[in-house]
Amino acid sequence: MGSKVLRAFITLAFVVMFNFFLFRMLPGDPIGLYARGRNQDPEQLVELRRALNKPLLEQFITYLRNPFDSTIDSTRFSRPVWEMIGERVWPTLLLLGTAILLASLIGIWIGIRAGWKPGGRFDRMSTGTTLILYSMPEFWLGMMLLIVFSVGAFGIPGMFPVGGISSPGVDTSGPMGWLNVLWHLVLPCTTLVLIYLADYALVMRASLIDERKQEYLTLARAKGLRDTMVRKRHAVPNALLPTVTLIFLSLGFVVTGAITVETVFSWPGLGLLTYEALRGPDIPLLQAIFLMFSIAVIVANLIAELLYVVFDPRVRS
Amino acid sequence: MTGVVILAIFIATAILAPILIPDAALDVTKADGGRFEGPSFSYPLGTDESGRSILLLLAWGTRISLTVGIAATIISMVLGTAFGIAAGHFRGAGSHALVGVTDWFLVIPFLPLAIVLATVLGPSTTNLIIVIGITSWAGTARLIRAQTLSIEGRPYLERSKALGAGNWYQMSRHVLPNVFPLVLANTTLTVAIVILSETTLSFLGLGDPQAPSWGALLDRAFSSGAVSRGAWWYVLPPGICVVLVVLAFTLVGRAMERIVDPRRAS
Amino acid sequence: MTLLQFRDLSVDYTSNDGMVPAVRGVTLGVEAGETLGIAGESGCGKTTLASTVLRLLPDTAQVRGEVLLDDVDILTMKWGRLRAVRWSQAAIVFQGALHALNPVQRIGDQIAEPIRLHQSVAEKQINSRVDELLTQVGLPASRAKSYPHQLSGGQRQRVMIAMALACKPALIIADEPTTALDVMVQAQVLDLLTGLVRDLGTGPAGGMGMILISHDLGVLGTTCDRIAVMYAGQVIESGPALEIFDNPKHPYTRALAAAFPRIGDPAARYAPTGLPGDPPFPGDLPTGCAFHPRCPIAVPACKLGAPALVEVAPSRMAACFEVES
Repeated sequence: MGSKVLRAFITLAFVVMFNFFLFRMLPGDPIGLYARGRNQDPEQLVELRRALNKPLLEQFITYLRNPFDSTIDSTRFSRPVWEMIGERVWPTLLLLGTAILLASLIGIWIGIRAGWKPGGRFDRMSTGTTLILYSMPEFWLGMMLLIVFSVGAFGIPGMFPVGGISSPGVDTSGPMGWLNVLWHLVLPCTTLVLIYLADYALVMRASLIDERKQEYLTLARAKGLRDTMVRKRHAVPNALLPTVTLIFLSLGFVVTGAITVETVFSWPGLGLLTYEALRGPDIPLLQAIFLMFSIAVIVANLIAELLYVVFDPRVRS
Repeated sequence: MTGVVILAIFIATAILAPILIPDAALDVTKADGGRFEGPSFSYPLGTDESGRSILLLLAWGTRISLTVGIAATIISMVLGTAFGIAAGHFRGAGSHALVGVTDWFLVIPFLPLAIVLATVLGPSTTNLIIVIGITSWAGTARLIRAQTLSIEGRPYLERSKALGAGNWYQMSRHVLPNVFPLVLANTTLTVAIVILSETTLSFLGLGDPQAPSWGALLDRAFSSGAVSRGAWWYVLPPGICVVLVVLAFTLVGRAMERIVDPRRAS
Repeated sequence: MTLLQFRDLSVDYTSNDGMVPAVRGVTLGVEAGETLGIAGESGCGKTTLASTVLRLLPDTAQVRGEVLLDDVDILTMKWGRLRAVRWSQAAIVFQGALHALNPVQRIGDQIAEPIRLHQSVAEKQINSRVDELLTQVGLPASRAKSYPHQLSGGQRQRVMIAMALACKPALIIADEPTTALDVMVQAQVLDLLTGLVRDLGTGPAGGMGMILISHDLGVLGTTCDRIAVMYAGQVIESGPALEIFDNPKHPYTRALAAAFPRIGDPAARYAPTGLPGDPPFPGDLPTGCAFHPRCPIAVPACKLGAPALVEVAPSRMAACFEVES
């Protein structure tokens, strides 16, 4: 287990190095990169140029001492970068957490029903649907849902807000505020759930189809168990293991969805922050966001590997 | 089957676009439709925020999306196959390093990495192709490495080594022809992923702002407020095109996978 | 008392190339307290035959004839009754491969599962029954907490036996119980199996019955009362075990017996062994007697008609024109 943590740490180290060197090692004036499109305070520029003229190694060590330096300012917002990230983390967690939970439950249920009787009617319908969802850009689905359910189209009245996490003037600390947030959560969450569940359903289905061929299931039937019991007690627990691991490992895919969907729905999380940072481009902010996302995904991968050890008795000993 | 037919239609559109569509259709100054008009006889898919025909923009976008898709796929497959075969063939420190690099690219989330690279390189179609190529090769590499390892376990390679075959000879004459069917199947699936990536990156504004790829069209629709106006004819068609093309490539790719290796059939 | 009776049983599998016959007109019986051996190479239909007893065949199988378990036809039994009969009247000992047991469930729970299903017994009694079963097969009771991958091949096979005995069935079917085991372990497991069947009597009319399926005629010769030899879906010889082993009549049985050399018998070392060719593919059977292309004593009549299984000596049956005459 120690080696897994070590490997995660090494991956992280490379992320930090990559983050630092990418922007420094390109030809051309790095100041130009930082100041692109913005009117920078000339004093700030001089200061920046002096810092960048120091030897590369010295800069790197300074950076390493604290990559989470809270004094690095966003060039666009003129506020400490990590302060901004701290603010935006919770909305993203709310959105992604809810979406992943719902998508897992629904996706796994679909996958089990489809995989247990492959070629059957449910399987053909659901596999067709999930393949289409899998081929869909998530932000496009979000935009279409907005048009239909928020603005109203094709005869359906608009019932949901056009964006944001809460209506202006609503106090989000009380239960009425929470309801308001929930109302805003519906469309972006639905978008993500639809996209994520396609992946999970396909994986669970494939896993169960493989499991069906195993001999211990014939043994279970020979003992007199009904088909549903054979599925629930024997096949699914075995097929679930690789599926859950894969769900954790697909966090990179989840992050991609978050960025674009938050943009479409103006959901004030890390994803929208990324989009705003892109408009600059706000390099310090982008670097920090990249670091943040990478850490999240590396940690999720590590959890996936450790979970496998905990839940699979074959690996435990 | 269905996938192939769909692809044929889109490829034909892409090739014929410059012939059938006058350049004027893309020119904002020459647009003569009203803004955000719904579908009508003269504009079957309505008009955009500048009055241009969305149908014609869409047709032109086919060309760009497919070109970027195929070009980026080529980069991705070349890198992926090269890394995969090398990582599977060589032993020792070199192999560990290659596997480490592959794993790193697999772990790091695609979009943040692509955003960072694209920002540094600057917005252009070429840069977009490079960025997508660099961020997509790792999945292929892992697959090819596994296949290389299983091929290299076979006896005839031991014999050829005993006869003095060098590394390059072994890799190009023995391994490559044997992984080729898998590479082909994987390429088709990769195109699907690449086109989705291109659409996403263009939507975020990281591609050439002038080129009306499907993703860029969606970006413009979003930025110009098509959503709040309920201009579904601006949003629906580009997305449907993406879904159809990606679905077509996915179906064809999965069918090829079944032919290449029946055990892996999903 | 007849525990099990196959009556003119035929099983065909539907495949892309049409119907493939796996079992062709088998009539065979097992009495209480008797061990019947079924011998044959892979593909001869013995496993398919065994699968019909508890109706475990896949949907692609079409079955004709009767399988009478305790005088009731399994094939036409209602689904609910069938599930009740499974394991409680007849149980199967599968090959103890790693995949024959649920990898993520403890051994004790897997043995207890049929008990919980078929008998309403208190939890504490279930645990002591599991311990009792494990002890009977020579495993320490503490093994109940283990997972399948923590056991050796021989130990897993013992678990399979313990599991099969759980509901005290009248009939045990052991399908290749010793294949994939080391020779020393094979002997132990066989002794265990035959000993248990002999000692654990059940029912008012006699002991437990067992069907032992193997390609190894030597194994069957020493452990069974009677043997039936199958080839290409049919029984081509049957009779008392030792007689079949010492004095095989059908040319196929002769070749099968000769393939297993007897240590200490100098003549056996020089006797010609082996048969040319391979067993026929079930979808592509030869005309007449299925064995005639490989048979050393075939005559032209063998190609034209298939010989029936008839009595050729007291309690000896064989299906061969040459042996009949």
